[in-house]
Amino acid sequence: MAKISPRKTPMREQPAKERIKNYDEVPFGYSHEEAIVEAQRCLQCKNPKCIDGCPVEIDIPGFIKFIAEKKFREGVNLLKEKNILPAICGRVCPQEDQCEIKCIVGIKNEPVAIGRLERFLADWERDEDEIEIPPKSKSTGKKVVIVGAGPAGITVAADLVRLGHKVDIFEALHQPGGVLVYGIPEFRLPKAIVFKEIDFLKEMGVRLFTDSVIGMVKSIDELLNEYDATFLGTGAGLPWFLEVPGENLNGIYSANEYLTRANLMKAYLFPRYKTPIVRGKRVATVGGGNVAMDCARTALRLGAEKSIIVYRRSRTEMPARDEEIHHAEEEGIIFKFLSNPAAFHGDKNRWVKEVECVQMKLGEPDESGRRRPVPIPDANFRIPIDVGIIAIGNSPNPLIPSTTPDIETGKWGNIITDPETGKTSKPGVFAGGDVATGAATVILAMGAGKIAARGIHDYLMNKT
Amino acid sequence: MIKVFSLRKLKNADMVEILERIQIAPNVHSCTVEAPDVARKALPGQFVIIIPDEYSERTPITIADWDAKKGTITFIFLEIGASTQKLAELNSGDLIYSFTGPLGKPMEIKKFGTVALVGGCYGIGGIYPVARALKKSGNKVICFSEARSKFLLYWNDKLEEVSDEVRYATVDGSLGIKGHSHDDMEEYLKAGKKIDRVIAIGCTFMMYRVSEVTRPFGIDTIVSMNPVMIDGTGMCGACRVVVDGETKFACVDGPHFEGHKIDWDIIMSRRKAYLEEEIISQER
Ligand SMILES: Cc1cc2nc3c(=O)[nH]c(=O)nc-3n(C[C@H](O)[C@H](O)[C@H](O)COP(=O)(O)OP(=O)(O)OC[C@H]3O[C@@H](n4cnc5c(N)ncnc54)[C@H](O)[C@@H]3O)c2cc1C
Ligand code: SF4
Ligand code: FES
Repeated sequence: MAKISPRKTPMREQPAKERIKNYDEVPFGYSHEEAIVEAQRCLQCKNPKCIDGCPVEIDIPGFIKFIAEKKFREGVNLLKEKNILPAICGRVCPQEDQCEIKCIVGIKNEPVAIGRLERFLADWERDEDEIEIPPKSKSTGKKVVIVGAGPAGITVAADLVRLGHKVDIFEALHQPGGVLVYGIPEFRLPKAIVFKEIDFLKEMGVRLFTDSVIGMVKSIDELLNEYDATFLGTGAGLPWFLEVPGENLNGIYSANEYLTRANLMKAYLFPRYKTPIVRGKRVATVGGGNVAMDCARTALRLGAEKSIIVYRRSRTEMPARDEEIHHAEEEGIIFKFLSNPAAFHGDKNRWVKEVECVQMKLGEPDESGRRRPVPIPDANFRIPIDVGIIAIGNSPNPLIPSTTPDIETGKWGNIITDPETGKTSKPGVFAGGDVATGAATVILAMGAGKIAARGIHDYLMNKT
Repeated sequence: MIKVFSLRKLKNADMVEILERIQIAPNVHSCTVEAPDVARKALPGQFVIIIPDEYSERTPITIADWDAKKGTITFIFLEIGASTQKLAELNSGDLIYSFTGPLGKPMEIKKFGTVALVGGCYGIGGIYPVARALKKSGNKVICFSEARSKFLLYWNDKLEEVSDEVRYATVDGSLGIKGHSHDDMEEYLKAGKKIDRVIAIGCTFMMYRVSEVTRPFGIDTIVSMNPVMIDGTGMCGACRVVVDGETKFACVDGPHFEGHKIDWDIIMSRRKAYLEEEIISQER
């Protein structure tokens, strides 16, 4: 066997200077040859550690072996046994904290590029234009309703329809996909990929009803009259604000509003699409997660001359994925670390003009193990801006719990579920994904969806 | 490389069909659509979010009437922006791209005594179902309907049918008193006549003026806020209003709030935020 390369096979991508002028996807993906070379780096361990790191337990060495042998069709089928959204996960999963961090090759060298290989297979199948519809069990006569067409809901739908249940999905927005469509930008996850996955679900017989806000147009109790079980995958869509003076000035957005305008409503194609967005020249995004990176990078593509991330801790504490931070740095995003916004100041028409920040320094570690930022007295400073974006987190939307008092919720408004089955306190109602955990990740939402699908299946089959 | 799929194909739920759209006053349209699920649940004071075609904005619109048996919803809209212009181009038999509702908390309906309802522009339609429900609950209902001129008023007979009295105000004096409804209401109150509750639906400035009129009299005044909205489910925060110093989301916490507790400066400036873009988008 040829000596393996110490580094991952690089993935070609759009140069930073060009890509900030368009909305197209940044990395291009592997060619067949590149994928095979990368697949050959895998040692095919007897006791593969990577699988332990994967929340849905994909047979990683298995699908990698098929790539190395150029058996792409077999590879896809194996991958899809565990993960129905590989094109999405290959792009947005934090592999560096999950499977790749555990990879044996990674001890001395860079780990196998598991995420890129996953993406390769999924893209290969889509380009082949020959999607195999997996076999379905014979009909059980049971009906399940899913609320929310995000990754959690989509996963439950796919698993249950394969088991022979009749599945309907209700989605509040006019397009399915949840955060994948309204939040994560096109340049990171092309929407056509998400819609293709949804088409696939529909091929399998799942019915999708958009424009349906459950809790308003139908209550959970009404759904339970019509269906044998209900799954709530309504996500964590309630944006937090800083609650500092001036936050309601014009030009200040929640990350959700900014991204929804840009992505779901396609404000980047304004005026062909009619939803406006303020194209700031100096944009400050407050926060340090993936959402903040997405906002700051979107602002650049909408013509910002300076797109600034304002974060109250330092770079090492930033929760965003390394790859995202790296892409942001390459694109010229400015990072203001140890800066905590204390107020926004506006002009006489109430348009934001400045963000005032408290200068922080790092103190002792807090419960999360991250060093707590503490303010330095009399060291406030102001940054001139014309758009401010608040990307400091979300909690679950209270609409369903507030209209369904017998569903128990926790401190953050999260729906409490049994981790083994996804059951909530209300009989026949299951939940999973961000609505149960608070804002997390796509793959964790899918993992929760798989558990709930099993829980629902058991419940339906034992119910008389 | 990546093929683009028609988004229309993704919609399983039948798109909502327009049964009738008529211009009832210059630039004011009444539109009735078939939306049985929404009609079954609609309550006075709720709204829908409409996207007329794939390119349009999500536009919040107050429900003005409904028929649960026939499965229809009626709403009044003003042709003001690109998206409402698009809506005004649609006719009976046409499909609306996206229609979501009912949204928002319904108006509180119980016996208050004498209730005055103030409606201006689309709000004349907005107060109609509220008046009807309040009347049914045993209230004395007085409607104040206002416009610049007589020819801009509509639904006079419908309002008269469900209220004890309808008082008109026109800026040019062509019907009712010359001036605004809040002037009329001020006179009414100064004359010592009793009102137990005031409800105002319409443009922001009107609701603000009505709140200022009733404030010294200490009358509970409910206004129906109409900030910019996107999702209508509490997800984006575009619709935030400050009530009693606290930030609220009009789409889920409202749209009805106590007028005396609203921070009106913030509301008025936020509504003007996209004037420039609105002009550009109408040019295309
Ligand atoms: C900008 C952004 C970037 C992110 N980047 C990453 C990343 O790179 N990698 C990663 O792994 N994770 C990322 N995440 C997190 C990830 O997207 C979420 O954890 C995941 O989408 C959660 O899935 P879900 O199915 O639980 O909920 P969601 O995706 O939130 O879907 C919930 C759906 O339910 C609908 N809904 C809500 N209420 C109702 C109702 N009452 N009736 C009907 N429908 C309703 C919503 O409209 C929505 O479509 C990111 C999140 C954001 C916001
Ligand atoms: S741990 Fe790394 S080398 Fe081992 S099987 Fe998994 S990907 Fe291959
Ligand atoms: S419209 Fe988005 S939160 Fe109210």
